[in-house]
Amino acid sequence: MILDGKCPIGPIEKTWDQHRFDMKLINPSNKRKFKIIMVGTGLAGGAGAASLGELGYNVEAYCYQDSSRRAHSIAAQGGINAAKNYPNDGDSVFRLFYDTIKGGDFRAREADVWRLSQVSNNIIDQCVAQGVPFAREYSGLLSNRSFGGAQVSRTFYARGQTGQQLLLGAYQALARQVKAGTVKLKARTEMLDLVMVDGVAKGITYRELSTGEIKTSWADAVVLATGGYVNVFYLSTNAMGCSVTAAWKAAKKGAYMANPCYTQIHPTCIPQSGEHQSKLTLMSESLRNDGRCWVPKRKEDCEKPASEIAEEDRDYYLERKYPSFGNLAPRDIASRAAKEQCDDERGVGPGKRGVYLDFENSINRVGESTIRERYGNLFDMYEKITDEDAYKQPMRIYPAPHYSMGGLWVDYNCMSNIPGLFVLGEANFSVHGANRLGASALMQGLADGYFVIPYTIGNYLAGVKPGEVTDEHPEFKKSLEETKSSLDKLLNIKGKRSVSSFHRELGKIMWDNVGMARSKESLTEALKAIPALREEFWQNVKVTGDTKGRNSQLEDAGRVADFLEFGEMLATDALHREESCGGHFRVEHQTEDGEATRDDENFAYVAAWEFKGANKAPELHKEPLKFENVKLAVRSYK
Amino acid sequence: MNLTLYVWRQNGPEGQGKLEQYEAKNVSPDSSFLEMLDEVNQELIETGIDPIEFDNDCREGICGTCGCVINGRPHGPQEETTACQLHMRQFKDGDSLTLEPWRATAFPIVKDLVVDRSAMDRIIESGGYTSAYTGQVGEANQTLIPKPLAEYAMDAAACIGCGACVAACPNGSAMLFTSAKVAQLASLPQGKVEAAERVKAMTATAIANGFGNCSNHYECEAACPKGVSVKFIAKLNREYIKALPK
Repeated sequence: MILDGKCPIGPIEKTWDQHRFDMKLINPSNKRKFKIIMVGTGLAGGAGAASLGELGYNVEAYCYQDSSRRAHSIAAQGGINAAKNYPNDGDSVFRLFYDTIKGGDFRAREADVWRLSQVSNNIIDQCVAQGVPFAREYSGLLSNRSFGGAQVSRTFYARGQTGQQLLLGAYQALARQVKAGTVKLKARTEMLDLVMVDGVAKGITYRELSTGEIKTSWADAVVLATGGYVNVFYLSTNAMGCSVTAAWKAAKKGAYMANPCYTQIHPTCIPQSGEHQSKLTLMSESLRNDGRCWVPKRKEDCEKPASEIAEEDRDYYLERKYPSFGNLAPRDIASRAAKEQCDDERGVGPGKRGVYLDFENSINRVGESTIRERYGNLFDMYEKITDEDAYKQPMRIYPAPHYSMGGLWVDYNCMSNIPGLFVLGEANFSVHGANRLGASALMQGLADGYFVIPYTIGNYLAGVKPGEVTDEHPEFKKSLEETKSSLDKLLNIKGKRSVSSFHRELGKIMWDNVGMARSKESLTEALKAIPALREEFWQNVKVTGDTKGRNSQLEDAGRVADFLEFGEMLATDALHREESCGGHFRVEHQTEDGEATRDDENFAYVAAWEFKGANKAPELHKEPLKFENVKLAVRSYK
Repeated sequence: MNLTLYVWRQNGPEGQGKLEQYEAKNVSPDSSFLEMLDEVNQELIETGIDPIEFDNDCREGICGTCGCVINGRPHGPQEETTACQLHMRQFKDGDSLTLEPWRATAFPIVKDLVVDRSAMDRIIESGGYTSAYTGQVGEANQTLIPKPLAEYAMDAAACIGCGACVAACPNGSAMLFTSAKVAQLASLPQGKVEAAERVKAMTATAIANGFGNCSNHYECEAACPKGVSVKFIAKLNREYIKALPK
């Protein structure tokens, strides 16, 4: 089937304004009759729930954390982009649009990216009004810094805690609506099913994680803002609780999963130190403003301390390969370059899977105190984890799974192919194409939450009779029973292997075969290994405890079960996409000097997969991508 | 390294809790405190014992989910460090560690080391925000904020809401937590408008939820993993007094 993204037509700069005018409205006094479920309270979900509550809708917001302030958006460090052009360095809405399309390796929809760029400036205004303490100049004006994939300084930041401050802004706006009574917050809950009535999303089934109770809730529309899925790699920069579960439950009810193979491997993470490790920690991309990436030129120097390697024996490989962007090359490119050096046996640190990020030049140029002011918390975190002082010796970094550009398919209105099911933020696929640029995730989450969903959901609800279907409908009881029996099934396997041992093994399969470099052989291998592991899981997993009360083993088991199905779809997508683009690198498709080779003739489309059941091949639906405002070109950062 | 753990086990809010002894064997000094607990839990699962429940999520020291009292200190012995960022190299082979949940009237125990901190959310709900509706605001650079003021606000805003300050306080007070939000917003032009109502509502909510008063022990500052200063409590008190006649 050919999918239609329902993008408005006409001059790109008018699309969003015209669309806003064309959409139907709901009378203020009627809004309270509509009930909306928001799952997830990160930047997209928190901002969305707060804004919908402000408009007067009757909102229920769910999060698995014990408080809506803790979603993993909070861990974003570096910053948020906007096209304010405060530094007078040539930025504009069009340039942000252009950089994002190009940064995404021409695999995103133009209209969606335009809208994102257009509202980027409103986001900064909104956050400042909420009291977000952005960095400022001595003049009292807002400060900017540069980020990967851009040659202008358009990134706003709050020390190394930008995500935290933006999320707290959204959380506080949400708290205000909770007090006003427009939003009912249900913390420590996990969505375990999407309830459909006659092909339309009408509610969810969820587990209360403290009491273990399974409940259902109805709504006139369901919004998922449930983040990304890179914990399928087990070791990633995501929080322990991040999972594909909510999105996957929707996929199992017919929502298409778009471009799942577009995963972002972030170049600057702390390398793995041992088998005990439960997660990897990101070091913000902003560090590449002042840090220089290098490895020794000679293999035999790799064991030496960095200080004993002379300047002329160092290979500043990003500056060498990409002279115009240098250390600020986009993430996919910087990650692959790091891997290349390590594959060439010139990596450093334990296992030689690491490269240096060196601040010595910057410390000599601007002084240690300035570096401390800019990145102090990151250097402290690095020291706590590695026991090394990065002011005195270079950091060691290595790429790690960080973000998913792919996600549930949505149209221009952020609605999935299931009527009434909307998807926001990282959980959808819409704007980042095959690679996300730094400081764009916060921008997208808040754009979707504050400035997109409040408009587009009204357009949908205008055609819905409020409360037409409630949880008295038999589908809710059915969903409840199915959910209960699936949890019982997990508990009754009573096998020998722990949940986390399965997750670790899945992660290893994914990282070795579907990671930074993918080949037909490796993907075929993964497609054999994943179903085999899944089968073993359902025979041999050991889930302790019962369904009553808190049981984190049971929670994890459900999430790993979903990853074991989803991982196969991810690998299937990666195998089908016979090109290299952005975060998806197929070794068969590269130039002589190792750059990605896109195939616009055959693959300039969104691959939206329909789940057909475990152990059945998913069905591919395509949405062709048209580029009318940005010329398709080979992406070069040289 | 090998350690002996004494861990608070409590089956639910109504249950009778007690300390149970477990051995943590072959712990890597490079593993984090929570990774050490993961490994202990793996052993417990293998021997058929329910694993120790503890809250955690980002494991980067920013989400504020994790935390327990380790040998009497919230988040353990290292200054300005959350339990997830605490690494085992801070301990010695043969050490004994006693792990307890946050203990405070306002934090009922959910299970083992997990507590219910929703009372902190209720403090924020009562006024910890500016009432800026989405989309109705002016251009960001119209309001100048002196850099030192922005830095002061950011120092306060760094609070991660973990509750260690409450657990450390002999009065179970949430004064440091409350003051951090009051100070951040009261120091910025955007938050000044509602400053008086905010400080009154937030302090009243804290008391109504069972948090105690501040009697200047400063244990909160010592326990805070983000180094939030007690000077913000002074700011709260000043804001409170200013608000009284209003």
